[in-house]
Amino acid sequence: MSFPLLTATAALPALGAVATAAVPAARRSAAKWLALLVSLGTLALAIVVLVRFDPGGARYQLTESHSWIRDFGVRYELGVDGIGVALIALTAVLIPFIILAGWHDADPLETGSRRWRPTQGFFALILAVEAMVLISFEATDVFVFYIFFEAMLIPMYFLIGGFGDRAHAQGEEAAATQRSYAAVKFLLYNLVGGLIMLAAVIGLYVVAGNFSLQQIAEARANGSLHMATGTERWLFLGFFFAFAVKAPLWPLHTWLPNAMQESTAPVAVLITAVVDKVGTFAMLRFCLGLFPEASRWATPVILVLALISIVYGALLAVGQRDIKRLVAYASISHFGFIVMGIFAMTSQGQSGATLYMVNHGISTAALMLVAGFLISRRGSRLIADYGGVQKVAPVLAGTFLIGGLATLSLPGLAPFVSEFLVLVGTFTRYPVIGIIATFGIVLAALYTLVLYQRTMTGPVRPEVSKMPDLRVREVLVVAPLIVLLIFLGVYPKPVTNIVNPAVKHTMSDVQKKDPKPEVEAAK
Amino acid sequence: MNPVNYLYLAALLFTIGATGVLIRRNAIVVFMCVELMLNACNLAFVTFSRLHGNLDGQVIAFFTMVVAAAEVVVGLAIIVSLFRTRHSASVDDASLMKL
Amino acid sequence: MEKLIALLIAAPLLGAVVLLVGGRRLDRVGHWVGTLLSTASFVVGVFLFADLLGRNAEHRTLIQHLWTWIPVEGFQADVTFRLDQLSMTFVLLITGVGSLIHLYSVGYMEHDERRRRFFGYLNLFLAAMLLLVLADNYLLLYVGWEGVGLASYLLIGFWQHKPSAATAAKKAFLVNRVGDMGLSIAIMLMFTTFGSFAFGPVFGHVDGATEGKLTAIGLLLLLAACGKSAQVPLQSWLGDAMEGPTPVSALIHAATMVTAGVYLIVRSAAVFNAAPDAQLVVTVVGTVTLLFGAIVGCAKDDIKKALAGSTMSQIGYMVLAAGLGPIGYVFAIMHLVTHGFFKAGLFLGAGSVMHGMNDEVDMRKFGGLRKYMPVTFITFGLGYLAIIGFPGLSGFFSKDKIIEAAFAKGGTEGWILGGAALVGAAITAFYMTRVMLMTFFGEKRWQPDENGAEPHPHESPKVMTIPMIVLAVGSVFGGAFFSIGDRFLKWLEPVTGHSEGHSPVSAGEITIATMACLVIGVGIAWAQYGRRPVPAVAPRGSLLTRAARRDLLQDDFNHVVLVRGGEHLTRSLVYVDHTLVDGVVNGTAAGFGGLSGRLRRLQNGFARSYAVSMFGGAALLVAATLLMRAV
Repeated sequence: MSFPLLTATAALPALGAVATAAVPAARRSAAKWLALLVSLGTLALAIVVLVRFDPGGARYQLTESHSWIRDFGVRYELGVDGIGVALIALTAVLIPFIILAGWHDADPLETGSRRWRPTQGFFALILAVEAMVLISFEATDVFVFYIFFEAMLIPMYFLIGGFGDRAHAQGEEAAATQRSYAAVKFLLYNLVGGLIMLAAVIGLYVVAGNFSLQQIAEARANGSLHMATGTERWLFLGFFFAFAVKAPLWPLHTWLPNAMQESTAPVAVLITAVVDKVGTFAMLRFCLGLFPEASRWATPVILVLALISIVYGALLAVGQRDIKRLVAYASISHFGFIVMGIFAMTSQGQSGATLYMVNHGISTAALMLVAGFLISRRGSRLIADYGGVQKVAPVLAGTFLIGGLATLSLPGLAPFVSEFLVLVGTFTRYPVIGIIATFGIVLAALYTLVLYQRTMTGPVRPEVSKMPDLRVREVLVVAPLIVLLIFLGVYPKPVTNIVNPAVKHTMSDVQKKDPKPEVEAAK
Repeated sequence: MNPVNYLYLAALLFTIGATGVLIRRNAIVVFMCVELMLNACNLAFVTFSRLHGNLDGQVIAFFTMVVAAAEVVVGLAIIVSLFRTRHSASVDDASLMKL
Repeated sequence: MEKLIALLIAAPLLGAVVLLVGGRRLDRVGHWVGTLLSTASFVVGVFLFADLLGRNAEHRTLIQHLWTWIPVEGFQADVTFRLDQLSMTFVLLITGVGSLIHLYSVGYMEHDERRRRFFGYLNLFLAAMLLLVLADNYLLLYVGWEGVGLASYLLIGFWQHKPSAATAAKKAFLVNRVGDMGLSIAIMLMFTTFGSFAFGPVFGHVDGATEGKLTAIGLLLLLAACGKSAQVPLQSWLGDAMEGPTPVSALIHAATMVTAGVYLIVRSAAVFNAAPDAQLVVTVVGTVTLLFGAIVGCAKDDIKKALAGSTMSQIGYMVLAAGLGPIGYVFAIMHLVTHGFFKAGLFLGAGSVMHGMNDEVDMRKFGGLRKYMPVTFITFGLGYLAIIGFPGLSGFFSKDKIIEAAFAKGGTEGWILGGAALVGAAITAFYMTRVMLMTFFGEKRWQPDENGAEPHPHESPKVMTIPMIVLAVGSVFGGAFFSIGDRFLKWLEPVTGHSEGHSPVSAGEITIATMACLVIGVGIAWAQYGRRPVPAVAPRGSLLTRAARRDLLQDDFNHVVLVRGGEHLTRSLVYVDHTLVDGVVNGTAAGFGGLSGRLRRLQNGFARSYAVSMFGGAALLVAATLLMRAV
């Protein structure tokens, strides 16, 4: 038996989480270093996965399969396709930066404060989330996926509810109330989605007799498993609802601004850049893979919802007064693009959507982490409390601008490639939707530049005049992300090479072909 | 004597016990009424045992006695500690366990 | 030889990276590094130019493929450069004028503590602009297109601590983004129509596409051009863009970036030739803008804004020419090049004046400066003569050709377009004479400022005057050099194609008409600003003057419709999101909360009431069992 690489990739952070939590309370910095080391080790394993993965090979690779609950046909089945590999790499890359950026976020508060902040817990929870996200990207058994998809909520709940920004305008009590509101809202939304999915998972078992993605797909392909149209649609909706909550898609999005606003910046990055990607990833893998007919049936409605998300999210981002809420609404807009790309059912759209997941992860991380550094300096999230930061902290402002430019998809930076692919992919099949979605790029410029103008330019406000520029640790966090953004912007080939074959498989799953260009078709 | 009469007696005893539980405030009296109900059940069990000609009912009656004995131990302990803290044996005084 | 093309872009890009990442260590040498790399790019350009000249006219297209950029099933974008006569012309203009302006900036920005960054941005601009003109496909062009937008954003807002500069920068970027939207939809439409957006496949298959599609592509490209080249209706950003340092206005907002729209149209000649409706719209936009810009230029007292109006108007001429099809493409580019010389020279002159006048821009506070700044006066004067089309100077040759081509369009259209172009020429003569007279002639009108410091106008240092002199030489001789023996025409024709139009009026008549317009324009300006002293405070002016001072109310329209409307929209959406979308969910939660509030009253804590419910429940169960058995 070969070495269970995928299990190891997820098990390492899981064990790391336990070990980190077990570090004695006094050895706070040891816990931080341990967590960082574990996340770097996971990154190393993810790189091994990346190297061992052969884009030209079988659809699912590095597979592992063991019987688990025999009575229900549950198998512990793991395997990755190109899309999974790309997202595993993204997760493994981002977590070390999240840990590094949150280095002091869970330090005990100044003496006199009664609140206890378990440093070990903070880092252990992050690693736990990483482990569960990784295994969600790897699972090819619906039941295994479901377990970790849901279990992720537990550490996330504590991360959102337990650790907030250091300073809060309305005082500590109010902050704690709002934080727990956000955490409960996050939990309830996702739990409702998850429970509806649970019903669909059980329904799938009743229909198919097992949970294995490959077996079900095979049985459907060779006709040994027939699903009634109505059944398939209901099951599809059950799955899709859960993923749409997680993604989040309009109108199920309202938990995200609250959750991102109240949590610390690294946790906010963890939510949008990593955890939410499980939702869009699962749409590609499970919705399209298990229910191709229903996916095609639901496409028009989903595309409209995605379009609303794009425009609505962007417009709301323009109207925000809180930096983190603004980024949250921007993310909602971007998730609209991802969903649109997935359901446009073209090669460009789906490759673009996968690329978008990766690029959005990096760009949001860059923007949000710098925003977090900014907020921690001034102790306020309100845009109006800033002004002229560029003069006192040029490096901070510069990196913030680059993060913002990535968010508005400036050509030359990674998000442009994916956004354009999604737009082209949508346009070839649905021109009107493609054109309306293009308005999103103007709105993106609006909210990003307004944010930059209000916080960074203008006369220096007295409150920010003593603001220090980025520290070495912070530069270490931001600089690699920016390098990645530029590299993937001019040379996205390494990612597309991995993703393209997987997209081909998905396209054949849903039995769709790309529209032919007009001139060629006329020949 | 017709065994059914024992059942009537059991029903009567049970009703007396139940009424006592519902309307009396004194915890000791309530407690005794609960015992009365248990014993009414025991009587019914034994009667049925006799009527059906097997021993199942008598066995259950033994179980009930054991449970009743255990209940007495726990229940009296609760009542005594309640009386110590509240200086009253009224069940209505112990109404803090609510939402 | 192709291998050198990448070097053109690489040099300034390297400069941008080094200067922006290098940090304060480079503060002392940064400006020279930037100038050196920009000049290096120019030298490479000259080298390539010499190489092209050595080839046959048909073999003057060099292609350099670097790497496959975005490979996706059915979709391929490459990083490929194309150097032909058209892009070569731009390369020389961009790097040549760019290097001169780098040199000028060394002096102009001497006292700015962020000079290193300024040069970093300038180099970034050069790299992006070169990418724009060298790209071999529209998507790569788009990268350059937005790249220059970014550089323009950074440079307009260079003095970020001024809120007006930051706002102007944001506005420029946003308005440009609206245009960019056009470009990106155009690329998508090309992809669905031709299956590609590289120049070769698209231009080669134009015959196969329907005219409707081509017209749509043409109009979308025009939208993009309107954004970048400040044409009506997306012109509003250019005036505000004058918030940037003057060398920026000279390089980006006069000589190079704003002409990118003209490049786009001429480059897409094959598409436009097959879409006459789109061409007509292009000419209309060009004509409207040339009048619009000219009128606005007449009313501004800010020297840079007057020049900005003039830029808009001159680009209007180029767009008009580009819209005329093969009879106009070459002249559009020729005017673009000569305009690059004289307008850059004029802006540098204006910068030199501001440099000597404590950054004052109000022409009503200048006057009589010719005595104090002789070099500036002479170079500015030559640029002035060139732009109004004084016989023998650059503008005379290039602008006349455009007017001629407009008439040659034929029919009523020809008369309207040609007539408008003539009127534009007269207005140009008027506003430029006004600028000239108010700045350099008459009595001195400057006052001590609030701090009591009176400006001491002085000539700028050599490092600034040399670029001005070089540009002035270009403005004087450029047009003649290009026109004698139709040099420029022969050079560019293989790329853009050319056909002689049949003008209803002869070339000689047109020259006489333009001369007449010139004399009228100069005469009116002289009567108003030369004979009588210029009032230091602007008179109220006619309705048109007042409207023109406010950019013909375009900004007011934008403010009321877009800004206010947008604010209301976002505010109401924020409200909707909070009350409606979130409200439905919160309402459900509150409903359950209320229900459980009622239900919890049953838990009253009285043991006896629990006992009652237990008995009740037991009784119900027994009753139900009996009932079931009975049924």
